[in-house]
Amino acid sequence: MLRERIQASNYSFLDKLRSIDYLLILLIIAIGSISVFAIYSTEGGKFSFYTKNHIIRLSVFFSLFLALSFVRVSTWYKNAYLFYIIGLILLLIVLFFGISASGATRWINLYFLNLQPSELMKIAVIICFARYYHRIQSSDIQSYKFLIQPIILLIIPCYLVIQQPDLGTSILIAGSGIAIIWLAGLNIKYFVYSGLLLLVSLPFAISILKPYQKSRILTFFNPDRDPLGAGYQIIQSKIAIGSGGFFGKGFLKGTQSYLEFLPEKHTDFIFTLFSEEFGFLGSIILLFLYILLIYRIINVGLVSRSFFAKLYCFGFATAIFLYVFVNIAMVLGMLPIVGAPLPIMSYGGSSLLSIMLGLSIVMSCKIYNQEQISVY
Amino acid sequence: MLNRGRNIEKGRVITRRMFILAAAKILLFAGISSRLYNLQISDREKYEILSDKNRIREWKTPPQRGIIVDNFNKVLASNDRVFQLHLMLDEINDFDLTIFKIKNLIELDNFQVKKLYKKKERLKPWDTLVVSDNLTWEQFSKINLYLHELEGAKPVLSTSRFYPYANDLVHVVGYVGDASPKDLEKTEIKENFVPGLKVGKYGIENSQEKILIGNYGIKRYEVNASGKRISQIDYIKERQGNKVKLTIDIEIQKYAQELLKGKAGSICAMDIYTGEVVAMASSPTYDPNKFTHGINQKDWQEIRNNSLKPLINKSIAGLYSPGSTFKPLVALAALEYGILDPNKTIRCKGHKHPYELYGVKYHCWKKEGHGYMKLRNAIKQSCDIYFYEMARLLGVDKLSIIAKRYGLGTNVLGDLYNDEKNGLVPDTRWKRRELEQSWYLGETVINGIGQGYIQTTPLQLCLMTAQIANGGYKIKPHIIKDDTINYKDVINKIKLDQSNFPLHERNYLDDINVQYYQRMYHKKSNINFVLDAMFGSTNEQYGTSYRSRFDDPKYQFAGKTGTSQVRRITDLDRELDLDTEQIEYKKRDHALYIAFAPYKDPRYAISVIIEHGGSGSKAAAPLASKLIKKIIDRHKLREQFNKGNTSLA
Repeated sequence: MLRERIQASNYSFLDKLRSIDYLLILLIIAIGSISVFAIYSTEGGKFSFYTKNHIIRLSVFFSLFLALSFVRVSTWYKNAYLFYIIGLILLLIVLFFGISASGATRWINLYFLNLQPSELMKIAVIICFARYYHRIQSSDIQSYKFLIQPIILLIIPCYLVIQQPDLGTSILIAGSGIAIIWLAGLNIKYFVYSGLLLLVSLPFAISILKPYQKSRILTFFNPDRDPLGAGYQIIQSKIAIGSGGFFGKGFLKGTQSYLEFLPEKHTDFIFTLFSEEFGFLGSIILLFLYILLIYRIINVGLVSRSFFAKLYCFGFATAIFLYVFVNIAMVLGMLPIVGAPLPIMSYGGSSLLSIMLGLSIVMSCKIYNQEQISVY
Repeated sequence: MLNRGRNIEKGRVITRRMFILAAAKILLFAGISSRLYNLQISDREKYEILSDKNRIREWKTPPQRGIIVDNFNKVLASNDRVFQLHLMLDEINDFDLTIFKIKNLIELDNFQVKKLYKKKERLKPWDTLVVSDNLTWEQFSKINLYLHELEGAKPVLSTSRFYPYANDLVHVVGYVGDASPKDLEKTEIKENFVPGLKVGKYGIENSQEKILIGNYGIKRYEVNASGKRISQIDYIKERQGNKVKLTIDIEIQKYAQELLKGKAGSICAMDIYTGEVVAMASSPTYDPNKFTHGINQKDWQEIRNNSLKPLINKSIAGLYSPGSTFKPLVALAALEYGILDPNKTIRCKGHKHPYELYGVKYHCWKKEGHGYMKLRNAIKQSCDIYFYEMARLLGVDKLSIIAKRYGLGTNVLGDLYNDEKNGLVPDTRWKRRELEQSWYLGETVINGIGQGYIQTTPLQLCLMTAQIANGGYKIKPHIIKDDTINYKDVINKIKLDQSNFPLHERNYLDDINVQYYQRMYHKKSNINFVLDAMFGSTNEQYGTSYRSRFDDPKYQFAGKTGTSQVRRITDLDRELDLDTEQIEYKKRDHALYIAFAPYKDPRYAISVIIEHGGSGSKAAAPLASKLIKKIIDRHKLREQFNKGNTSLA
């Protein structure tokens, strides 16, 4: 065991380069380039503010991703709880000093970037849980003592994020956390019971929701309830996607978006714009790229030795899946409109940063996949 | 080692759970893909339409109305250039301010401003509000001067209906105005409507809407979500409505209108072979141009409160007892049914010895009586006594058959005018059905002199005269030039039949459905007898319209006067025997006259009615005489013009 640890720490730089998952990098570059075109299109084919910003962020965060990929996975492991605590502190700062936009307080002004800590929290929860379950014996997992801790760890950030209010991110944080609990091997009955409990308590939960959240959910079930108000986004998004057809309307020719019928086309509805312009074919290709990305991340987990790396990669893959699924299902009108950006594609620094950060940990798992991490 | 075993177990659990999750992910992605397929492939068309609906907005451009011309292609209703001010509502930020500025510029009053606000409420936020559809040149230039201060204001050069002959034709052509909700129910208007479009309100303008209205144009613009126009995609040009050609001769119409000036009444003139209405004047009249941009209250009240009722088209909507103008038809009926030998002599003994039937006395109009009368003289001098007796012998039912056959009792122009009256030709069945009473012989008697229940319109009398004058042939009266009628053929056909007659005599009396241009009489000699009597009435001494005659055979006409009572004549009236001028206007008799000309080879029939004009011979016949001269003078021109036109067609 000691020998292996020494081995791992003695990776030569060439070895490290060799073990980089180039396909993963290629996928990131591919999705990133598509996102540049999409953002460029949201500006009506003008190379201006959003496009420039997006390109700068992409290149900065991509370099950051490459750099952080060489950080040892054990370093991530050691600092996992620290990440979580930093995330929590940032969330608390948001609570008291955050800056507001359109009725929500989600950001911290960092001058060069409005940081959205809830986005970072998505990753922090995964690292934190991966570490937590890394050291717990499989025999202890089912015990209440070890179950109650992660639940508390999950409830605190979720609660803070809901307060902002940001239901979407909160659900995504909870989703990734629960995914790791699932992966760690908690008995299925817990999931079944809590699922049932959720169903039963849903009506009560809805009743305490904010009016706008309630209206979004009601609108989801019937968009025509208020076609110019709450249902507008879903209806216009479906029109845009549907009218794209098989080949799409063509690059820069999405009438729904350049005539400003589409809301939030840079962020949550970027897929709508893409799908309008590139049609069914483009959408399926993009979806396929995401599937490949998820597959590659899972693959890293499979070849990793440590539970931490496995749990983290599988958890992060599930989180990516959740982001993609929730976002696309939302713009297709299959889920209520909750703020959820599409990874890499959507314009937004924090979301991009957290995804890149998460990917760099995945890459580090890949590079140091033979590294054993002590349970203690 | 235990630890190691546990670790292997834990690794397996994690991997297994991961695969379960992966399976779920694949399922969910499949769900997304199928949804994409649904939206983009199955329902593509639906969403494409919705997307176009989003981005494309149409603005309709109004069509020009078709013009209306007379027989000689003189324009009776045209489209004149007007200056208008439109407001593009989607370009205005502060509507109140804009209206305020416009109000001061073109001096709108508060009432008009209120109206504009009301109008705006009915429009969509991207529609065009027509502030004024008829600006003066000064207003228009002022608007142009301050245009930069008026957001959304658009000075427009447009067209609007103009009637060059204004008052002379309003009862024929009608007028246009803003469409009412009722107008919008008509399909031809509903399909072609554009806000601000004027539609026909009366007459030809109204009934020929389908031809005149044209088709609107469409300007398609791409708009963004806030409704701002981005680019014009498409422009389908509007189509002007088609021309409507009338059979009216505007010169004759004008003259007829002039003859009626200051009087209430009607003059109709018709071609006795072709059935073309050459003139159809009604007096008093009003200016249709005032209605185009909405008539103002003062003018409207003036028209409405005129006691001579300018709004009533007296030629077709005025109902009058035909009075003695009915007599030729009564005589014809009696002869056709063989009721009476025209040589039968009846003595008219004057007011002292009136005609008596079951104790009721029936007077002749002539106080001192006509003396011994035969039928021809009775028509010529319009002896009532002779007709009382003849009507009694004939019976009302036979009379009504002939009267209906010659054009009374049904409207003449079909559905061309929504106010045309059917008139009334009474018979015993009618009375039983409508009044639930049996017929009295006394009613037959007064029916014989065109009084009582019988009601006719001037145009019906004109048609009746025409159909007697053409030798008893049924014609198709019309006022819109009918290309399906070959006029030359029609005339030749009737004339040929006239000359051939004795060869195929048969009983036409029972023939109910007489075809157009076929004979309606039983014996030609009967028609000729009546025509000859009418000649006598005008051209022989003692004839009732002798004073209005022409001796020149070119203009020589034959006619019949009529004086229809508007109330029962009492014994006191008879004693007083007042002149027309001495009687209160409303109680004066209507003066009527029917005629055809020229007597030899007749071509035109006319009817004249002067409401409360007194006697037909004094008030109506002189007008007829003047008009006949005009018509005959223009006949050659008309003939040549029509011939030239048919050869072109």
